[in-house]
Amino acid sequence: MPVGPGEVWVVIEQEGGRAEPVSWELMGEAAALARKLGARPAAVILGSAGRQLSSAAFSSGAEVAYLVEHPDLEPYTADPHCQALVELAEKFTPQIILLGATTRGRDLASAAATELETGLTADCTRLDIDTTKKLLRQTRPAFGGNVMATIITPHHLPQIATVRPGVFTAPQPVEGVSGETVVLKPHIKATATAVKQLQFVPNPDTGVTLKGAKVIVAGGRGLKAGRNFALLEELAAELGGEVGASRGAVDAGWISQHRQVGQTGQTVRPVLYFAVGISGAVQHLAGMQESDVIVAINNDPEAPIFEVADYGIVGDLFEVMPAMIGEVRQRKLAAGAAASPALLKQGGAMRMEAGTGGESE
Amino acid sequence: MRINSVVCIKQVPDTTQVRIDPDSGSLIRQGIPSVINPYDLYALEAALKVRDSHGGTITALSMGPPQADEALRKVLGYGIDRAVLLSDRAFAGADTLATTYTLSAAIRKIAGELIAAGGAGVDMVFCGKQSIDGDTGQVGPGLARRLDLSQVTYVCSLLEVAAETRTVRAWRQREDGRELLEARLPVAVTITEACNPIRYAALPDLLRAAKAPVEVWSAADLEVEPDRLGLKGSPTRVSKVFAPPARERGETLSGPDRPPNEIAAALFDKLAERGLTIGGSRG
Amino acid sequence: MNGSQVHPAGGDGKRRPAPSRFGAIVVGGGPAGLAATYTLAGAGVDVACLERGDWCGSKNMMGGLIFSQPTAKVFPNFWHEAPLERHVTRRDMWLATGDSAMKVSFESTDFGAEPYNSFTVYRSRFDKWLSRRAAEAGAWMIPETLVESLLWEDGRVVGVRTGRPGGDLEADVVIIAEGVNHFLAEAAGLAAGPPKAETMALAVKEVLALPRDRIEDRFDLDRGAGAAIEIIGETTGGLPGTGFIYTNRDTISVGVGVLLDSLVGSTREAYSLLDNFKQQPQVRRLIQGAGLREYSAHLIPEGGYRYMPRLFGDGVLVAGDAAGMVNAINSEGANLALLSGQMAAQTVLSCREEGRFDAAALGRYRTMLENSLVLKDLRKYSSATNFLSSHQHLFGLYPELLASLAREFLTVDNMSKADKERLLARLFRSQVPVRSLIKDFYQAWRDLK
Ligand SMILES: Cc1cc2nc3c(=O)[nH]c(=O)nc-3n(C[C@H](O)[C@H](O)[C@H](O)COP(=O)(O)OP(=O)(O)OC[C@H]3O[C@@H](n4cnc5c(N)ncnc54)[C@H](O)[C@@H]3O)c2cc1C
Ligand SMILES: Cc1cc2nc3c(=O)[nH]c(=O)nc-3n(C[C@H](O)[C@H](O)[C@H](O)COP(=O)(O)OP(=O)(O)OC[C@H]3O[C@@H](n4cnc5c(N)ncnc54)[C@H](O)[C@@H]3O)c2cc1C
Ligand SMILES: Nc1ncnc2c1ncn2[C@@H]1O[C@H](COP(=O)(O)O)[C@@H](O)[C@H]1O
Repeated sequence: MPVGPGEVWVVIEQEGGRAEPVSWELMGEAAALARKLGARPAAVILGSAGRQLSSAAFSSGAEVAYLVEHPDLEPYTADPHCQALVELAEKFTPQIILLGATTRGRDLASAAATELETGLTADCTRLDIDTTKKLLRQTRPAFGGNVMATIITPHHLPQIATVRPGVFTAPQPVEGVSGETVVLKPHIKATATAVKQLQFVPNPDTGVTLKGAKVIVAGGRGLKAGRNFALLEELAAELGGEVGASRGAVDAGWISQHRQVGQTGQTVRPVLYFAVGISGAVQHLAGMQESDVIVAINNDPEAPIFEVADYGIVGDLFEVMPAMIGEVRQRKLAAGAAASPALLKQGGAMRMEAGTGGESE
Repeated sequence: MRINSVVCIKQVPDTTQVRIDPDSGSLIRQGIPSVINPYDLYALEAALKVRDSHGGTITALSMGPPQADEALRKVLGYGIDRAVLLSDRAFAGADTLATTYTLSAAIRKIAGELIAAGGAGVDMVFCGKQSIDGDTGQVGPGLARRLDLSQVTYVCSLLEVAAETRTVRAWRQREDGRELLEARLPVAVTITEACNPIRYAALPDLLRAAKAPVEVWSAADLEVEPDRLGLKGSPTRVSKVFAPPARERGETLSGPDRPPNEIAAALFDKLAERGLTIGGSRG
Repeated sequence: MNGSQVHPAGGDGKRRPAPSRFGAIVVGGGPAGLAATYTLAGAGVDVACLERGDWCGSKNMMGGLIFSQPTAKVFPNFWHEAPLERHVTRRDMWLATGDSAMKVSFESTDFGAEPYNSFTVYRSRFDKWLSRRAAEAGAWMIPETLVESLLWEDGRVVGVRTGRPGGDLEADVVIIAEGVNHFLAEAAGLAAGPPKAETMALAVKEVLALPRDRIEDRFDLDRGAGAAIEIIGETTGGLPGTGFIYTNRDTISVGVGVLLDSLVGSTREAYSLLDNFKQQPQVRRLIQGAGLREYSAHLIPEGGYRYMPRLFGDGVLVAGDAAGMVNAINSEGANLALLSGQMAAQTVLSCREEGRFDAAALGRYRTMLENSLVLKDLRKYSSATNFLSSHQHLFGLYPELLASLAREFLTVDNMSKADKERLLARLFRSQVPVRSLIKDFYQAWRDLK
């Protein structure tokens, strides 16, 4: 039973025994927060299919794994999960609960926080501890990313937050560690299963893996026509990257919606992002601003994209892009790597090779 | 079967224009135009569709300052039955917990009045998937808990309501696909932009709306405990707001007469300096 | 409703069903349309006002000054409640060249007290206020609704068709107050075609933000007071037109207006004219450090009296800019719009007593206007635009000359005053033949007096 101050929990989002990557990202962070608080980090695994995930939780930093088992917990629907999490939290009084800011994480967190009558901070991008007050400082974007706010929940427990996927890096699993396992069968009111999943249709495999891509070459309305995306594909192929697009280009019908980067598209964090003929509307910036290096190519020197670009190139993309492609080919030739297109980060810490970043269309 | 719906409407600042004052570090709100949270209009359309095929009533509900009645006036133009604004100093400063507390008290009252008028209560509560200012998506699920409603969030397509079984079917968007859910009424749904955009209101509806009242309720009109309202009833506190760390504007590599191949060479030199080198099998 | 308050949804709070046929329909929620709507609603007529913008004022812009007395005729004591920026106590006229300017300034303390003389306003707020007044008076205010065409019956206008589902509305009479692009006036057979380029001015304007006290310091104004500056000369790159600077509460409006025709014939773009204007040292000093708030362009019908469409037909009246009622000399249109809208409403009211709305009955609108400042002023300045466009050098050469004369005269150097005068006279004559100078001034005096 709980020793010392309340634990720091992560709700592991799982289905059929497969966990969302964000859960491990959070587990690592929870361990760090718990250290600062002198508390124990714990993983909460809802649904018996998740049983097998406890060792992964331990190797990602959990000291305790709560295995909550009930037939109503699979597949996921809000109400039984909420009941189970609330019962668990009331019993073990954690001080912090973290969930991924996913469609399921947000769904569950909102319901549980209401039931627990406590605060919930959505979509955090940074967490730290106010060590004097022992409070979780939760930082998140609001107003469409124009404003950042730090939120605290000073007088209520637990403090609950959802955190955007990709904000924290998942810790390197430490093999061989183990921890305490607590198995629990919650009382879920039968009437509560008012929502039934009838069918699940997975996303079609588009072959687009923008999320994990290390290099993205994205184009906007400046490309003038769909066929000109060939220029981007070529550079992306040379660099072992993916092609992305602004909403402008997607709306024009030049490229598939699966490649849209931005507020209503995907949020990406590549090592290298090329913005080609993209003006840089805030909604687009919201999806790519976290890239390590941004290169912008635009013929309008006033385009807002230049405000965020590390390297700005004011010029006609139809002249600049062929030069880029030529340059990359030349360098690869010089490095004797014509056959295996690659961009290498020195020191070997990060190494990108064709194929691992994803194939182009 | 007639379906009575409540649609939650939030008036929000046009967030593309919201900024932090670099001197005072506070939010610049003045002069920022207000709009109806765009997702709420998708929610309203979904509610209108249900009414088209089943009849019943739609009440638009909003909590906000007095000027938020503008948003409600506008939605009245879509031919809905009633618009209620919850406005009171005591409601101010609410986070999502206090918001759902207040909204749920109002929905209970609306349901009570519908029943008193000889109808059923509220069958469906519609919310947008999230507000564009708070961006939380917490209010819809919160209402579901407080009112004991089935909870279906991120609805990308709302299917027919089955009257006999008192159920509704909806497709819910997830990151990895879509799931078809069947929920028992009463239900709270939150609606995404994948649903239909709001219709073009008919002129007779607009004419009716021009004279229809927006009812304004204060705390005294609701059965609520004062301590659970507004800032007092909000567990979260904003301890600081600040401008997002601006990415430094970088270097311009192009010059008036610099040929593209030189620019390209310069770029990849710079990238190499940062440790991003072209050429694979060196390591 | 359990003791709760009831807010009228922009109406008078009386939940009245819309009539199947309106007493009047007003197309356009600018000053003309709103004055008409307000007057009719106040007299108990079922009137609907249709505006295509998100709300009345959302699409409208002007310099802008509104003048107290005409406005007060429609909305007495409006200054107590209307959203006004500043009351104008000083009006300046500058003759500007690239690097110098002759400035004439008129300031009156009278202008600083009721009933004031004029105010700077933001149309987006002012029109919104007007529309609220109209709604409170009982009108059906219908924004976001475009009137696409007129409904006819036996050769008479009997209503309008909007773009909305179920969008036909019938009425005894339709008042067209659609502004400068008068499509409906044309459709009603009152205007021969679209307004001609030679009768139109294009105004481009920027609103620049500056703190209140900085504005007052810079323009040398009492607290809350405002200045209006009109500038001719280099401002408009030698094209016929003017520049203007108006002080609002915490913004400054700067803009230029040029005749469309001359713009079409020249290589200049309207925005480059505005940029050029803002670069003038005298202007730059006033707007320095003020950040851009908004940016807009609008047409002004400056053809005046001669180019006005017919003002009435069977079941239809035209008011405001749609009727070309702008006094081109000082771009005064809002006044005339308000007054003509009011008179259109008064015409409808008197016709209601007789129960007929044919052209013969509605014709008294014209008489009413003739007897008022509206057509008196318009007639007086009827040649103004003509003169302006055929004497483009007035806007380039003369200000240049006058300014250089002034500079020569005022620069103290070693030349005697007598020598200087001789030099100046030579300089002047070398640029403009004296005969044509005399002719210009005579014509100007005749057209503008
Ligand atoms: C609620 C909401 C959500 C949104 N979500 C997203 C989102 O998720 N993702 C998103 O991207 N957008 C989003 N948008 C839309 C966004 O605001 C913009 O409309 C869109 O990104 C514009 O696309 P663009 O930059 O390609 O086009 P434009 O704005 O038209 O820009 C094209 C640029 O290319 C330059 N150019 C043209 N020709 C050349 C040439 N030959 N060489 C070099 N440069 C050239 C031009 O100078 C210009 O800067 C959203 C909008 C809203 C309201
Ligand atoms: C730069 C500038 C400076 C000016 N300065 C001054 C000044 O200092 N003082 C002054 O008195 N005047 C000034 N004016 C002139 C003044 O703005 C106009 O004369 C006045 O606004 C005319 O009023 P109106 O009601 O006739 O037309 P508008 O104000 O143009 O209103 C017409 C309305 O009708 C709506 N509409 C049009 N067509 C339709 C349709 N088919 N269906 C529904 N709605 C429709 C429009 O959206 C608009 O709201 C200036 C104008 C400009 C451009
Ligand atoms: N103050 C409010 N009044 C009415 N509805 C609201 C309010 N706040 C949030 N909502 C509803 O809840 C949804 C989600 O909002 P949020 O949880 O703030 O992201 C919105 O789309 C609205 O439908």
